[in-house]
Amino acid sequence: MKIRVLIVDDEEEFVQTLSERLTIRDYDVTTSLNGEDAIGKVKDYLFDVVILDVAMPGMDGIATLREIKRLRPLTEVIMLTGHATVKSAIEGMKLGALDFFMKPCDTDELVTKINSAHEGKTKQEERIRMAKVSEIISSPRSVLGED
Amino acid sequence: MSILKRLKPKFWDHEDVAAGPYKHLFNFRRIWELAVLLTVGVTLIPMIALTLIDHKFTKNAIESEILLQMSRLVSNTRRTISFFIAERWSALDFVALDNSPEALRDPKKLASILENLKRGFGGFEDLGVIEQNGDQRTYAGPNKLQNVNYLNQGWYKDVFERDVYLSDVVLGFRKTPHLDIAVKHTLPDGSFYVLRAALDIGRFNDLLSQFHAGGLGDVFIINQMGILQTPSPRYGKVLEKMALPVPEYSKESEVIETKTPDGEHLILGYTYLPETPFILMIVKKKADLLGPWQKARSDIIWFLIASMTVILIVILGVATYLVQKIHVADQKRIMTLHQVEYQNKLASIGRLAAGAAHEINNPLAIINEKAGLIKDMFTLKKLYTEDQKLMGLVDSILTVVERCGRITKSLLNFARHIDVKVQPIDLGKIITNVITLLGRDAEIRSIVISIKVQEDIPQIESDQSHLQQIFLNLLNNAFEALSGGGRLEITVRREEGEFVSVTFMDDRQGIPREDLRRIFDPFFSTKGRKVGTGLGLPITYGLVQEIGGSIRVKSEFGKGTYFVIRLPLKMDKKENLGREFMALMREDLSQQNEYLPGKSGPKEG
Repeated sequence: MKIRVLIVDDEEEFVQTLSERLTIRDYDVTTSLNGEDAIGKVKDYLFDVVILDVAMPGMDGIATLREIKRLRPLTEVIMLTGHATVKSAIEGMKLGALDFFMKPCDTDELVTKINSAHEGKTKQEERIRMAKVSEIISSPRSVLGED
Repeated sequence: MSILKRLKPKFWDHEDVAAGPYKHLFNFRRIWELAVLLTVGVTLIPMIALTLIDHKFTKNAIESEILLQMSRLVSNTRRTISFFIAERWSALDFVALDNSPEALRDPKKLASILENLKRGFGGFEDLGVIEQNGDQRTYAGPNKLQNVNYLNQGWYKDVFERDVYLSDVVLGFRKTPHLDIAVKHTLPDGSFYVLRAALDIGRFNDLLSQFHAGGLGDVFIINQMGILQTPSPRYGKVLEKMALPVPEYSKESEVIETKTPDGEHLILGYTYLPETPFILMIVKKKADLLGPWQKARSDIIWFLIASMTVILIVILGVATYLVQKIHVADQKRIMTLHQVEYQNKLASIGRLAAGAAHEINNPLAIINEKAGLIKDMFTLKKLYTEDQKLMGLVDSILTVVERCGRITKSLLNFARHIDVKVQPIDLGKIITNVITLLGRDAEIRSIVISIKVQEDIPQIESDQSHLQQIFLNLLNNAFEALSGGGRLEITVRREEGEFVSVTFMDDRQGIPREDLRRIFDPFFSTKGRKVGTGLGLPITYGLVQEIGGSIRVKSEFGKGTYFVIRLPLKMDKKENLGREFMALMREDLSQQNEYLPGKSGPKEG
């Protein structure tokens, strides 16, 4: 299954190009040009990795990140910044972002990071599933209560 | 001249060239002058005024005291002399009244009367009875003056008119200085005779000499022509003309100040003795009278001069010392101002750089992605993969973007504040490590590096990453200077106080004087555009500042360059105000807080 990636950045050219390049590399890419739109898309669709620009007009990267993490705790977020706003990046990481990159970043590094993020997420989901399975094994009745 | 030069304080010729206008709060020379003038004014003027006033009052008091004393003396003497003369007159009167004319014409009786007068009063020398026709009928005394006719003598006429007569001192027939007194006695029948006596002026002299004894003065009698009647030690002998002018007539005793022709000030007391032709003179030299006071005055003047000198020295000393202190403080202030200003400048540039880097990074990211996409597409389609030229073009775009990224990142680094973490550090070891890092580079450029570390260099407490970065930057810099090969000498020395210094010395190019001043300015680069960002040395400067050190450059064009870094043995946070300030400024720029883990910092390009 293709890795589902959402790219959020207010630079349309950047978003389009990066999306195209990732598509070439066989990712399932969705784009969004602002925070609000991105939240909507995250609600509708389950992404593996979100690439999120820190500085955006309107809803900024940090607020978007917080919302994404609230909606989808397991979705990995990689922050992008073109600025020395390292503080935001750190805040982002405290809020659960996986890592951050300075623009312009090396696409190959970004791809590697996406893969490892996906891998991490998959493993995490696996662990959750295993936990659920063991829960079911130990107490089959709980399945009923779980709706 | 040389002493003056040595005494001249530093602030005297102070001109601050570097500070530019409005930087100086003080005109030191003016402050000094003002301080000295004011203090001298408020201390010396009252002092001098007091002394002058005191001098004036004391002088007046003493002079009036002198005049008073003098006038008292004149009055006393006048009374004594008048009394003496009046006594003699009365005695003669008594003789005339007590004896009948017949008795007086008896030489024996007259001689006995003279004898009695001599005994009773003293001063009488002879006695004669002169008849109306001027004949001295009877005479008693040592001289043979019997039957001398006085009719034609001036004084005889006076007796006629005034009944009494007192002559000037004369030599007379007797050829010894004496003075005649005469009394006319009118008989009941209208005829008269004159009783005449000669007085020895010796008695006068005795009388006056007792006033001489009062000291300093000269007491004598003159007649109205100025002929001395009694001897004066200073102004002439008896019957000579007095050396001084005759004072003006006055009823009372007078005391005046006068001057001798040779300029000597005199206090002159005189009085016209009533009913006599005499003027009593008392002359004292003013200088003599003022002597004791003048001595006291000169003592006061000496004291005044001495205290003025001391006060002046103290004022000059204190003013110089204080202004010197202000000067030093002001110098420090300006230095700090320079430093803060420079750091401020760096901070502003940093902010600008960060802003610019950000703005450029976004488009750079787009170019990067576009070019990457082109490359991706070429790689996918076999047709273009073969085209080496196209692939080369795309690659070179990517390389250039990477270079731009490096520049913007170093711009961001410039504005970034790295946390200082203090730990014990072996300077020699750090330098060796950094050199190892650049070893190949040095080999390629055929640079010989030698490190000399003094044996007693202690471990210093400082920040390792800062030091590494500093040494790396300086080494890079030196390598650029030595691009054609050469020697680089690194020396670590113990400095006075709690400092060590690291000197980087290369033996090539050197830096021209005009460049030397701008060498720590951002974007000032002598390297080609391709090589440097112009931020290496400014960043180094900032880093050295942050760990409480200082960096200095010395260069002689064509001979080589020294960079000397001075580091404290123990990094003290308070040591560098500017550093704190800088850190504050940077906080503002980078918004970086203290929890940044080392590995999560911005990726270096």
